[in-house]
Amino acid sequence: MIDPAVYKRYRVTIGIECHVQLKTKTKLFAAVNNDAREASPNTLVSHICFGLPGALPVLNEAAIELAVRAAFALNSRPQTFSKFDRKHYFYPDLPMGYQITQYDEPIITEGSVNIEVNGQTKKIGITRAHLEADAGKTTHPAGADYSLVDLNRAGTPLLEIVSEPDMHTSLEAKAYARELYLTMRYADVSDANLYYGNMRFDVNVSVSDSDELGTRTETKNLNSFRSVERAVEYEIDRQIELIEKGKRVVQETRGWDEAKQKTISQRNKENADDYRYMPDPDLPPVVLDDNYIEKIKKAMPVLPCEWRRRLVSLGLDSSQIEILLEAEVEDGQVNYLSLIETLLDQPEVARQAANWQINVEIPLRREEQLPSVYSNNERLGLYKWLYKAFKEGRMNSNQAHQLLQLALRESAMPSDIQKYAESRGLLQESNESAILEIVTTVLQENPKAATDVKDGEMKAIGFLVGQVMKKSSGKANPVVAQDLIKRQLGL
Amino acid sequence: MAGQWLPIVDLAQQVQAGSLTAGELVERSLNAIDEAKDYQAIIAITPERAKERAKDIDEKVKKGEKTGRLAGVPFIAKDNFLVFGAETTAASNILKGFTAPYQATVINRLEDEGAICVAKANLDAFGHGASTENSDFFVTKNPHNKTRVPGGSSGGSAAAVVLNLAPFALGTDSGGSSRQPASFCGCVGYKPTYGLMSRSGIVAMASSTDTVGILTNNIKDLALTLDVMAGRDPLDSTTIDRQDDYTNLVEDQTPARIGLIKEWLEDGVDKDVKRQIERAVEVLRGVGYTVEEVSISSLPLSLAAYYVLVPAEISSNLSRYDGQRFGYSFSGAKNLEESYRKSREFGFGKEAKRRIMMGTYVLSSGYYDAYYKKAQIVRTKLISEFTDAFKKYDFLVGPVTPTTAFPIGEKGDPLAMYMCDIMTVAASIVGCPSISVPAGVDDQNLPVGLQLLAPQRADKELLGLARYVEELLS
Repeated sequence: MIDPAVYKRYRVTIGIECHVQLKTKTKLFAAVNNDAREASPNTLVSHICFGLPGALPVLNEAAIELAVRAAFALNSRPQTFSKFDRKHYFYPDLPMGYQITQYDEPIITEGSVNIEVNGQTKKIGITRAHLEADAGKTTHPAGADYSLVDLNRAGTPLLEIVSEPDMHTSLEAKAYARELYLTMRYADVSDANLYYGNMRFDVNVSVSDSDELGTRTETKNLNSFRSVERAVEYEIDRQIELIEKGKRVVQETRGWDEAKQKTISQRNKENADDYRYMPDPDLPPVVLDDNYIEKIKKAMPVLPCEWRRRLVSLGLDSSQIEILLEAEVEDGQVNYLSLIETLLDQPEVARQAANWQINVEIPLRREEQLPSVYSNNERLGLYKWLYKAFKEGRMNSNQAHQLLQLALRESAMPSDIQKYAESRGLLQESNESAILEIVTTVLQENPKAATDVKDGEMKAIGFLVGQVMKKSSGKANPVVAQDLIKRQLGL
Repeated sequence: MAGQWLPIVDLAQQVQAGSLTAGELVERSLNAIDEAKDYQAIIAITPERAKERAKDIDEKVKKGEKTGRLAGVPFIAKDNFLVFGAETTAASNILKGFTAPYQATVINRLEDEGAICVAKANLDAFGHGASTENSDFFVTKNPHNKTRVPGGSSGGSAAAVVLNLAPFALGTDSGGSSRQPASFCGCVGYKPTYGLMSRSGIVAMASSTDTVGILTNNIKDLALTLDVMAGRDPLDSTTIDRQDDYTNLVEDQTPARIGLIKEWLEDGVDKDVKRQIERAVEVLRGVGYTVEEVSISSLPLSLAAYYVLVPAEISSNLSRYDGQRFGYSFSGAKNLEESYRKSREFGFGKEAKRRIMMGTYVLSSGYYDAYYKKAQIVRTKLISEFTDAFKKYDFLVGPVTPTTAFPIGEKGDPLAMYMCDIMTVAASIVGCPSISVPAGVDDQNLPVGLQLLAPQRADKELLGLARYVEELLS
């Protein structure tokens, strides 16, 4: 552990590069299926992916459209002129001997992402974002004297988003990674499935106890927000310890060992590779006209920052909002947010529906494979009915939760929810004569408590109400029960 | 030497009419190839596939079905075109054993009209050279004199056409590779506007100047095959829109203005070459063209710019030949690094290695600005100077090469070989169409070529003039 006093002397600087896999049907430069998740090795390849002689890249225009969307999502505008370059190096998973990327004229040249850490909003600058083709995948079977190459992923379109070195804590790094994830999902640029490596983060970390920046390391291929946070923490500690011991930090590429929760040295970067960038003569520059750009801008989906603004106005707190924002993209087919959106003119209903979604529906759908997602209208009907019943005292909160769970587990939405609730005994008993019977019994069985209440020990009334609830299997309206107890005791 | 072929349009018509069969034409072509073996113009023949295709076409004719505008017409493709039926080697050892799983777009277009590829022609490996002496396999001999080179890199294709092995041959032209051998062998060699014909399925040399070349014994044959191949291709994003019909050429375009390029008639040009060019100019003037000397001041820089830009692209394009997926692979490597090194060491010939070295050098950090970027500036300047020249002149003319075909083995110095391209690289850098038309012979009876150039996308006009010149000079 580093002494907090020592820690304080250092300024930490963090920049993040993120590779986002674009959700195009086909690859960036070949008309070949882009979804390599379940495919057998080397089945999603053409002469282009394979780098055969005579094969020429042909730009997939859908990737350009997604990049334009990404530009707007990053609070920027796409460049009207950008071009592709070749980046040369030899590796078996790079069939052409060069990667097609955008070097000096990328499609996005500025932008920003707002993050919130400890209640403070902070703007993280975006230096640039460029399109490039992914490489294939090399695996080295243990003990074998060969390696295996799978080119299914070769040519998958990536958008590499490079941040400014604007982050200074691991929490900021984590928040940035998460915000970028949400942004790309809401902008419908990427499936951003972290499990499948749709987003991979490279974190650049340096520490310095002077005004000058320290030597940085780059920890590559992090695929969760947690590992971004942990890798940054580890690097900060490691680098400070090195400097404190009088050693120096080596500029290098590092990897993240998830099992050991530490970064490990991979490649010394002091002798920088010479990639011999050159414009790719096979691909004409990408020239976008304003009409095209404006058309895409108009069709932009609602982004997280706008959702937050709308949800805050309903009085939801930020942790509730974040749960909804994440669930919306993670559950895929279920529209939590648009359901709330349709209730914006009835804020109280909206707030209650949001709470039920957060406390009941979202956890339930996460734990169980429910038979139906239900249409937004069906779910809206259910939530509205629940609200009304709850508000009118026909149900207590516990009953509402139970009813919601039961209805969500059905394969079809109950046509008459009132009857459905009745038949499952989930309506509150407000009938005084029925409750009075129970109250009388409870008072007889608990004379001491009854006396206490009479003597002004009002705490005991809660106990008595509890006993009434128990005897009625939770159905008695507690307000009515308390009222009756008081009356029976002559209060 | 085998007898001359009928015009392609007649061959196809006769096949369609049933008075000739595709089978006979293929047979005749294969026989001619066999008889001309000594010239070593051919790397491989594709007899099975050719005969099969001929059979299909002949059966179609019997059934009265349409067979296309090139029905049964045999042709020979330079061995850097991906074609079914034989290996595609680009005359390099590193591609030995590579059989194409797909065909070049232009090959498919020719086949769709009934043409039949019978053989693959020799070249300087990967197109690197001007004599076929850089073929990793053997040197092709000039049909007019076996001790001379046929030019290059499409030397095999040019020799094949002149030897009447087939009515037409495909070459490529990235810096003169179709025009220069046509000039050395005495046939027509054409480089189109960049992008007019698809590069898909052609082993890349320098992507920004690579074009499909056509070699024939006359312009009409050339125009017909161009008409079949030209136009956009979804597999090549640098392709451009074509002109309507390349077969109805306007031959007499007088009083068009023609610029005679001054820089190409200065010192270093063979006197017989100069004499024939001047004669051609006089003939043109005689029929009513205005021919004036024009100076394009950056032309002397074009060769230097070319030999920076082109090796840069070559070094990049040859990266994929790493011995890991196809073609030659060094066996017995202890690790990946050794496999890369040895496969490329043994797979590439001297000239390919030289160009990889040069290209890698000019693209390296610290040298990029000094070489590659400067060469790009020259390129831009040349383009604007040619644009200016074409504002004044409809066409430009000059020699194709400073000399006629030189003896095999004469140019040991690579720089001397590069100098052969001095008059052809400009059109490649600029991207404009250019053609070599036979214009007499030198004192040793070796052919001289006249180079005609036109503005970008004026290929049809260029072929019209070429057709007229062909007639005037014959």
